[in-house]
Amino acid sequence: MPEVRPAPTVAVLAGGLSHERDVSLRSGRRVAEALRGTGLQVSVHDVDPDLVPALRQLRPDVVWPLLHGASGEDGSVRDVVQMLGLRVLGSDARASRVAWSKPVAKTVLARAGVATPEYVTLPQSLFRDLGAAQVLDVLVARLGLPLVVKPSRGGSALGVTLVTTRDALPAAMVECFSYTDTALVERAVLGTEVAVSVVDTGAGPVALPAVEVVTDGPYDYDARYNPGRTEYFAPARLGPDVAAAVADVAVRAHTALGLRDVSRTDLLVDDAGVPWFLEVNVAPGMTETSLLPQAAEAAGHDLGVLYRSLVDAVVAR
Amino acid sequence: MTTVPQPDRRTSGHPTSAAAAGTRLDPWLGSYAERTGGMRASEIRALFSVANRPEVVSLAGGMPYLARLPLDQLSDIAARVVAERGLVALQYGSGQGDETLREQILEVMRLQAIEAHPDDVVVTTGSQQALDLVTRVFVDPGDVVVAEAPSYVGALGVFRAYQADVVHVPIDEHGLVPAALDETLTALAAAGRRVKLLYTVPNFHNPAGVSMATERRPQVLEIARRHGVLVVEDDPYGLLGFEGEPRPALRSLDDEGVLYLGSFSKTFAPGYRVGWVVAPHAVREKLVLASESAILSPSNASQLTVSTYLATCDWRSQIKDYREMYRERRDTMVGAMADLMPSASWTVPEGGFYTWVRLPEGLDAREMLPRAVTALVAYVPGTAFFFDGRGADHMRLSFCYPTPERIREGVRRLAGVVTAERDLVELFGSSGAVPRDSVQAPGPDLV
Repeated sequence: MPEVRPAPTVAVLAGGLSHERDVSLRSGRRVAEALRGTGLQVSVHDVDPDLVPALRQLRPDVVWPLLHGASGEDGSVRDVVQMLGLRVLGSDARASRVAWSKPVAKTVLARAGVATPEYVTLPQSLFRDLGAAQVLDVLVARLGLPLVVKPSRGGSALGVTLVTTRDALPAAMVECFSYTDTALVERAVLGTEVAVSVVDTGAGPVALPAVEVVTDGPYDYDARYNPGRTEYFAPARLGPDVAAAVADVAVRAHTALGLRDVSRTDLLVDDAGVPWFLEVNVAPGMTETSLLPQAAEAAGHDLGVLYRSLVDAVVAR
Repeated sequence: MTTVPQPDRRTSGHPTSAAAAGTRLDPWLGSYAERTGGMRASEIRALFSVANRPEVVSLAGGMPYLARLPLDQLSDIAARVVAERGLVALQYGSGQGDETLREQILEVMRLQAIEAHPDDVVVTTGSQQALDLVTRVFVDPGDVVVAEAPSYVGALGVFRAYQADVVHVPIDEHGLVPAALDETLTALAAAGRRVKLLYTVPNFHNPAGVSMATERRPQVLEIARRHGVLVVEDDPYGLLGFEGEPRPALRSLDDEGVLYLGSFSKTFAPGYRVGWVVAPHAVREKLVLASESAILSPSNASQLTVSTYLATCDWRSQIKDYREMYRERRDTMVGAMADLMPSASWTVPEGGFYTWVRLPEGLDAREMLPRAVTALVAYVPGTAFFFDGRGADHMRLSFCYPTPERIREGVRRLAGVVTAERDLVELFGSSGAVPRDSVQAPGPDLV
């Protein structure tokens, strides 16, 4: 007689104290609903003093962190889950830490031969030591305009500004440093913005169709989470060669950074069809307007079935 | 030339041309009414989702401190309402509201010298609905609403939703400045603009914390009358003064030119969503029709519960209790700011929930918010209270919900945030913030 195994239990982690708490809560609800639809028992937990006792008591088969920003994506919560002897769906703590730092991820990808916009990372203390105006002048002389200023860590485009004039640069730096103490400033590549999600249900990483993001301004927080401001196309309106190229970059990012199960790579495709790597997310958003669910649906996946197969792959690992 | 695609807002449904290669997340992108253009979730709202965590001291929200309510008695009342009058409480009701409650509302308003007839009162789903009805009945797209600078964010959201243009008039420590009001209305008339409403919060202003001086009240009414502008007096905090007797309401001085908006949300509990508007006869008819088309009737269950509370509990003592508690919290907040944040300046409210804080030169309250949230303290940036993008140099702090110990801790954290932000701004000599849209759809946290 075949062995009847009980359905795995899943603990979804959502919320946390990061600036992206709201998005994370929404992601958590969506994933939990989809998994419950496949008959799984799913609990949803915030990251607070109740979490460790709850995980100890429940001993879920799989812990799925859907925490965006700070301790969710920098690996630290994953560390704790691993120390409790539980299985994490998604990248382990070490790989998360590497991917979480945008400059480190860009360096790894550049070494792997992927184009990524030229950039510098600048801690706030440097401006104090050398004088802000002079550093900004050097920056513009070196990278030119327009520039993108963004926190070196964090997501949802919080603190990100597209800077087109030298005069606008100080305000963009102040905004960025309100989120974190290190800024990543990169040459702005103009073109088509696409996001490529990668899933691995046990047979190796596979890119889902690219999703194209079209907004009337910078793809900032406002544009991301207000459906009317942004238009998405899934699959992206790219020729077959370019579509294959962006998929290849996303899978290379997933592999080169040692990521597991699920990731999302954000890229820009310039007029020549060259994909430029911007950043990778180890806990991509899963809200109703998020890019990974759109990509999965465009590929014909039922979200519940897809998420379930990710869970099953972790159990089988 | 680099091409950056733009969203297609003209075509509704699933456009066949540009979108042929993909599906569109929101097939109705081209169908939205123009007025929804101003409604959006902002990153401020997102940052506030952290404010609900117990680690964060929220000086942002305007939630009354309900732990002081006699919950046992209220539970008995709710049970009685259903047991004894369930077939009325759970049924549709009158569009104008329950008659007994309307009579009781007159009794409440008498504390502010308002004399009216029960027929003059329209019960609404919170006074927020009254604002919506008044604006719907009077304001066409492009009409001007004159409001204080700053002004209640929830009202600005309604005005924007009806495509009004809001023109702000300065206030000082004694409230709306009559001469400035006259000047503004004269200039608007000269420019051929149609001014429909003067919106004011005369008592314990949200967010400014000031009250309109008693001697200014007839002056303001005279100016409005002369310019043919209807006054909307929004007065949720009037009975929550810390010193002396309530000032006479504007409505007590003029029953033809003033629409008075009252609420049980701050003096009792916001969960029942019971507010009201007092209006001259003809206006009241229109408001009832507008309310019926929006909601048919306000909740009978809520109205009967509030009515029974007013009839059987000592609601005057409850208000007194609230007043004393909020006064202690005001004192704590003002004291903590004097000790810990001397580089800022603030209003000292004589009632209500809020103080309006001016930040040290060069700081931008909106830009500073993520840093504050990281430091586990939240406030509302001043930009929320202006229609025209001003207000970044101010923030609103509320003292209604956190306990005095938490208020002090919150101010301590905020002082650290202000210091760090000052260092940053000095470093870059920032010439103003990254421009963003100002008025957003208000979340409940902003009320």
